Amino acid sequence: MNCNDHDFLFLDESERLALTRRTFLQRAAGGMGLAALGSLFGGAPRANAAATMLPGLPHFAPKAKRIIYLFQSGAPSQMDLFDPKPGMAKRRGEDLPASIRKGQRLTTMTSGQKSFPVAPSMFQFAQHGQSGAWFSELMPHMAGLADEWAIIRSMHTEAINHDPAITFFQTGSQLAGRPSIGSWLSYGLGSENQDLPAYVVLTSFGSGRKDDQPLYDRLWSSGFLSAKHQGVKFRNKGDRVLYLSNPPGMNAETRRETLDELAALNQQHFGVMGDPEIQARIAQYEMAFRMQSSVPDLTDISKESADVLAMYGPEVKTPGTYASNCLLARRLAERDVRFVQLFHMGWDHHGGLPTAIRGQCRDTDQPTAALIKDLKQRGLLDDTLIVWGGEFGRTIYSQGALTETNYGRDHHPRCFTTLLTGAGVKRGITFGATDDFCYNITENPVHVHDLNATILHLMGADHERLTFRYQGRDFRLTDIHGERVKGVLA
Amino acid sequence: MNPPRSFRFLACLSFVGVWCATPGAAAPSAKLSFNRDVRPILSDKCFQCHGPDEAKRKGGMRLDLREAALKGGEAGPVFVPGQPDESEMILRILSKDRDEQMPPPKSHKTIAPAELAILKRWIAEGAEYQSHWSFLKPERPPVPEVASAKSAVRNPIDAFIIERLAAEKLTLSPEAEKTTIIRRVALDLTGLPPTSEEVAAFLADSSPDAYEKVVDRLLASPRYGEKMAQQWLDFARYADSNGFQSDTSRQMWPWREWLIHAFNRNQPFDQFTIDQLAGDLLPNPTRDQIVATGFNRNHRLNGEGGRIVEEWFAETVIDRVETTGLTWLAITLNCCRCHDHKYDPITQREFYQLFAFFNSNDELGVLDEFGGAGRTRAGGNSRPVLALTTPEQETRIAQREKVVAEATARVAEAVRELPAAQAEWEPKFRQQVSENFKTWTMLEPREVRSDGGAIFVRQPDGSWLATGLNPPFDQYLTVAPIAAGSFSGLLLDVFPDPSLPNQSLGRNSNGNFVLTDVIAEITAPTLEKPLTATFTRAEADYNQKGYEVKLIVEAPPKAGRNARKRQGWAIDGPTKRDPRKAMFVTAKPLTVPEQATLRVTLRHDTLANHNIGRFRLSVSALPPAGLTLDGGKVPPSIVAALNVAAAVRTPAQRSELAKFYRENTDNPVKRAETALAAAKKGVEDSFADVPTTMVMKEKPEPREAFILKRGEYDHPADKVTRGVPASLPALPPGAPVNRLGFAQWLVSGEHPLTARVWVNRAWEQFFGTGLVKTTENLGSQAEWPSHPELLDWLATEFVRLGWDMKAMQRLIVTSAAYRQSSKVTPALVARDPENRLLARGPRFRLNAETLRDQALAISGLLVEQIGGPSVRPYMPPAVWDETSVYGDMRNYKADTGAALYRRTLYTIWKRTAAPPMMQLFDAPTREICTVKRTITNTPLQALVLLNEATYVESARVLAQRMLLEGGTTPEQRIAWAFRRATGAEPHADELRILTAGLEKRLTRFRNSPDEAAQLLTVGETKPDPKLDPIELAAYAVTGNVLLNLDRVVTRE
Repeated sequence: MNCNDHDFLFLDESERLALTRRTFLQRAAGGMGLAALGSLFGGAPRANAAATMLPGLPHFAPKAKRIIYLFQSGAPSQMDLFDPKPGMAKRRGEDLPASIRKGQRLTTMTSGQKSFPVAPSMFQFAQHGQSGAWFSELMPHMAGLADEWAIIRSMHTEAINHDPAITFFQTGSQLAGRPSIGSWLSYGLGSENQDLPAYVVLTSFGSGRKDDQPLYDRLWSSGFLSAKHQGVKFRNKGDRVLYLSNPPGMNAETRRETLDELAALNQQHFGVMGDPEIQARIAQYEMAFRMQSSVPDLTDISKESADVLAMYGPEVKTPGTYASNCLLARRLAERDVRFVQLFHMGWDHHGGLPTAIRGQCRDTDQPTAALIKDLKQRGLLDDTLIVWGGEFGRTIYSQGALTETNYGRDHHPRCFTTLLTGAGVKRGITFGATDDFCYNITENPVHVHDLNATILHLMGADHERLTFRYQGRDFRLTDIHGERVKGVLA
Repeated sequence: MNPPRSFRFLACLSFVGVWCATPGAAAPSAKLSFNRDVRPILSDKCFQCHGPDEAKRKGGMRLDLREAALKGGEAGPVFVPGQPDESEMILRILSKDRDEQMPPPKSHKTIAPAELAILKRWIAEGAEYQSHWSFLKPERPPVPEVASAKSAVRNPIDAFIIERLAAEKLTLSPEAEKTTIIRRVALDLTGLPPTSEEVAAFLADSSPDAYEKVVDRLLASPRYGEKMAQQWLDFARYADSNGFQSDTSRQMWPWREWLIHAFNRNQPFDQFTIDQLAGDLLPNPTRDQIVATGFNRNHRLNGEGGRIVEEWFAETVIDRVETTGLTWLAITLNCCRCHDHKYDPITQREFYQLFAFFNSNDELGVLDEFGGAGRTRAGGNSRPVLALTTPEQETRIAQREKVVAEATARVAEAVRELPAAQAEWEPKFRQQVSENFKTWTMLEPREVRSDGGAIFVRQPDGSWLATGLNPPFDQYLTVAPIAAGSFSGLLLDVFPDPSLPNQSLGRNSNGNFVLTDVIAEITAPTLEKPLTATFTRAEADYNQKGYEVKLIVEAPPKAGRNARKRQGWAIDGPTKRDPRKAMFVTAKPLTVPEQATLRVTLRHDTLANHNIGRFRLSVSALPPAGLTLDGGKVPPSIVAALNVAAAVRTPAQRSELAKFYRENTDNPVKRAETALAAAKKGVEDSFADVPTTMVMKEKPEPREAFILKRGEYDHPADKVTRGVPASLPALPPGAPVNRLGFAQWLVSGEHPLTARVWVNRAWEQFFGTGLVKTTENLGSQAEWPSHPELLDWLATEFVRLGWDMKAMQRLIVTSAAYRQSSKVTPALVARDPENRLLARGPRFRLNAETLRDQALAISGLLVEQIGGPSVRPYMPPAVWDETSVYGDMRNYKADTGAALYRRTLYTIWKRTAAPPMMQLFDAPTREICTVKRTITNTPLQALVLLNEATYVESARVLAQRMLLEGGTTPEQRIAWAFRRATGAEPHADELRILTAGLEKRLTRFRNSPDEAAQLLTVGETKPDPKLDPIELAAYAVTGNVLLNLDRVVTRE
């Protein structure tokens, strides 16, 4: 038998049963010493993904093998970045017309405001590339890739505050308890790497607003799916993966010896109890040992060329920055990690938006573009899907004082912009449109469920068929909604 | 329809071959059972469109009721009993026409051939229905007579298990070894392994009831309640934080403590239920009974900026309904918040009737503390709360309340004394006024400090000269004592100085300054919060055009077209170098208590480097209205009144003067009022260290409840009143129609679900899998029970025994089924891979809490102390802080001393960043009610057990004890620790492997003693200095191996 046929990484009961029953019978018949056990784990690093996929998946040929999801937490202002509204300049300071607002609810941060003065963006927009896509001056590097993007200007969502909205984006529900999109993909598609988790999360604080919205474990939680599908958050301080390092004084050699000792004892006990679970545990300890070198290897960027490092910008060597995380994302993609999710905080600009958004764009513009170029030059962009966006948009009206140099914007769930590129995405297009006030969608609305359906589709999963029975009901990421957005598919 | 006995038919059934959890084909001779064989197919494949949900029903056809199915829909009757081939259902399933085909292709559901066969046979047999089994009251089945294996039967449980096994030609496994069974039952009942002494005593006890004695000892142990509480904390979504966004702290540990004690004193489950759901509504409830209602306050509470209160109030109540439904009924009511249930007979209306039981708590439904400013991120409990005072605290509070009463009386007395005091004051004041009364009193600051690094030098005239750095936007803080009495205004004198640029007044290169804002606060020992002055009037002897001083005190700049920055006060410094003064006057004077301090901040935010160069501050206690830059005057009307003999003053003069006196001087009333404020603060302070806990408290008038369309708070439809679903029994006669009645309904003994749900989960706790595997759902979509009759026997037994939880657990753990060996044979794995028939004992990994507790217990580090606030054991850096800069749950610092070694259920729990070790071992996030944890096996778990500080420290402390208590040879010491860790003696092979490993490490550490020394640094406890560090380190690694053994992390 050859354990490389199986992903021992993260097993739950039923899978172990199916797997270990077979190995049990073989082993019980043939017997197997410790020497043979040692060779179980020395094979190729790449697991056979088919072995860890759900039966029936992929539902159709996938366009993307993996995703790098660049989540911009706090909600970037669409009309200052991607959705220019030149007509607003002459309406500066005018009250938002009731015919536009249509009585839609506001957060309690501005619902008490006496007026809703229109705040035109103070940033210059220009068209770029063959596609003539519009970008503001804040995003020069992303604009340089104008022909790579599918820019969806007509995203909309249901929640109006961060916590439920970001939870909704990740899990398809505003309330806690549902699996995140990465967990769904880990559950459905399994892992392509035997030495790293299928779902990795990287976080960074923005410099635009240092005290911005927090993140929550639930955003990468597996909800009711087996806990093995939860995202593994790489830490920015201490061990990258929790508890990865041996205690001080325990070097790798000592650790190796203890694991051999442990395996021998467990194997001995297996002889008495006969429970195949014991052998699964031996395998997981070996996997843990491999992670002790695979993770440092992953995060060691000392061999990256100067050109590559320069491309990501000056912060690339500082752990916990967006730039550093973008480079890590590429390295994870190279290792076929299924779902890499970056969360960059700091986009919640209720006041002081012009200064704050400059900081955010300085953090993210260059590294995002570098990541895409880097993937492209390595041939990885063709089977990697990239998503860039936040949990909702922002209001055209100013929250608080509107001056020549300053304004703020409140939450706006009715329309915002999300960008896609990479595998299976129609490049160089702008999809959907909003009204003159960037307040309502006028063309091709794309709901969060639609986006999630599209992402699953590109990964080879039908969002209506990727289900899990829990509490008697077949749950899915998109609840009972969602249509894939054909207009952005290549 | 006469409800049939739910499980009677099963006795004659027999399954051969691999036993499968889902209902397979019944033996050909037996008649099909609707509930076991047919309902699961219809429920899963058909009910979504043809079930209880009327709004979504397709083609007018309903399949979950026989009458409705016979009546049929647009396409006629669903089936013709007895004639499957002429039945629409079968024809549709067989149809190849995509428009006709059932289930429709877009549902992605298909009927398997075996399922089709069952449906055909069921129709052929007459298409009879049964109500869903779990909605029928369990009837007590007879205990089977087991002829063949009578001797194996220890109690009725075994009769059911053995009968079922016999049908498969299987038997129970032999009893587990004594060392195994004592460890198993100790871990199951107390969450801790037995001590070596307890194992030895059990081995030495040859009496027939030796095991039962162990069980009784464990059930009586205080550790039992802690173990039982663990799972209930998951149900109750217990945590120490509020759960949304900045996720601030809360205090619910008094409820946790109540819970542990409730288990330990074996409170019957019916009372346990009533106390938690409605303790507050009982007649004369005890404090414990009110604390118990915290069960339904453990939900998250939203405190996010901008959250809409109505929205989250609705979510709070819905969470309660869902949690209560899942915990006691194991049905998923949450489907019904938006629509009628797809599978179970519960309507959306009924959901909101349940909602109406839980929506009248006297609460906001969101965090109380949020407040208008949006800056309160300190956390805390939201009303209703209960203060849990100790008798000593109550005495102290009573004393301080007495002081308040006295101070209140003193105020009244002072009011009476006031005229006399005024009469005494008048002549003095008259003289003061005539002697050119001094309005402004110069401050003598204790400190004058710059935010940006400037250094102030005091000048002989009491002014302060800024020197050194001149940062772009500086803030000056002046801290000075201020006399008791009144504070009505501030005078700012600014002077030129030769050392300043342009020898002018400001520090900018041209000699100018712009003062943007002035903030004055008064602090005092008796003040809880500083008093902040609100200046409403500002005047200066010179104003630069566009930079008038009044701009500082005007309303904040408006938004909109005319919006502008706060400009501030400037003085044309480049051209004019005269001393300037500005005054800032309050609308109403502040009362300054004794020992007060004034803190004045001068802000320069308008133009870079435009900071003041040399200044002096003075204050006034005179009435605001009279203040002028040059020293105020007492209002002429007061002077006039003063100068008239009291007897001849007009009533207006009398009252004006009295008012002036009372407001502007140090007088008996003012003093008495200050004392009263201090006394009141004393009472408040005495509550500061009194723990509170959130509880339920019914509003006098119930809130109205409405069906919410699509479950949305802002789409109310019909009004509803409290009620229970029609498919379940009615409220007990005479029960009040409130939470209390609802709780009584659950535990009346008539309810078909409550007892079944509890015994099924108890079974899961001890056997790893419930009799119904889906312990989270006993509704229509539930898995068919592995032992239906045993489930009902246990459910009725539970009620018969007066809901005695310990008695039921004792029954289970003393059964032969529980006591059998968990050794696995290939044949058994092949026959019953999931071990649902229980031909062997279950073997499964310990949960997160037990793993850590066990390591602490084996090493002897465990601190056995019940209850109290949560503790902070070791945690890797920044787990709380990498994703949040908000709230009071940040900057985690581990506790020291005993708190590091408490049982894991006391670990502080922040929901948005839950204890990582717990998360890795499958604990839920505690954001919502979770009634079941999966058991995974991942490499991240191996990393925890190998490297986490508690485990490494435990290994080292175990090593120390090996050396000090375990004997003199390596073999003795290792065997000693092996017994502590596993309960058993090591096998010769095991001892050989461990001894060889130890030898290797001794050599290794001798060669690198630094590494040995490093290893001993992990954890707060210090190694015994008498021990050889090399030896100790080598044994510590052995300890690490022992704590990681599969048989140690597994309960077998």
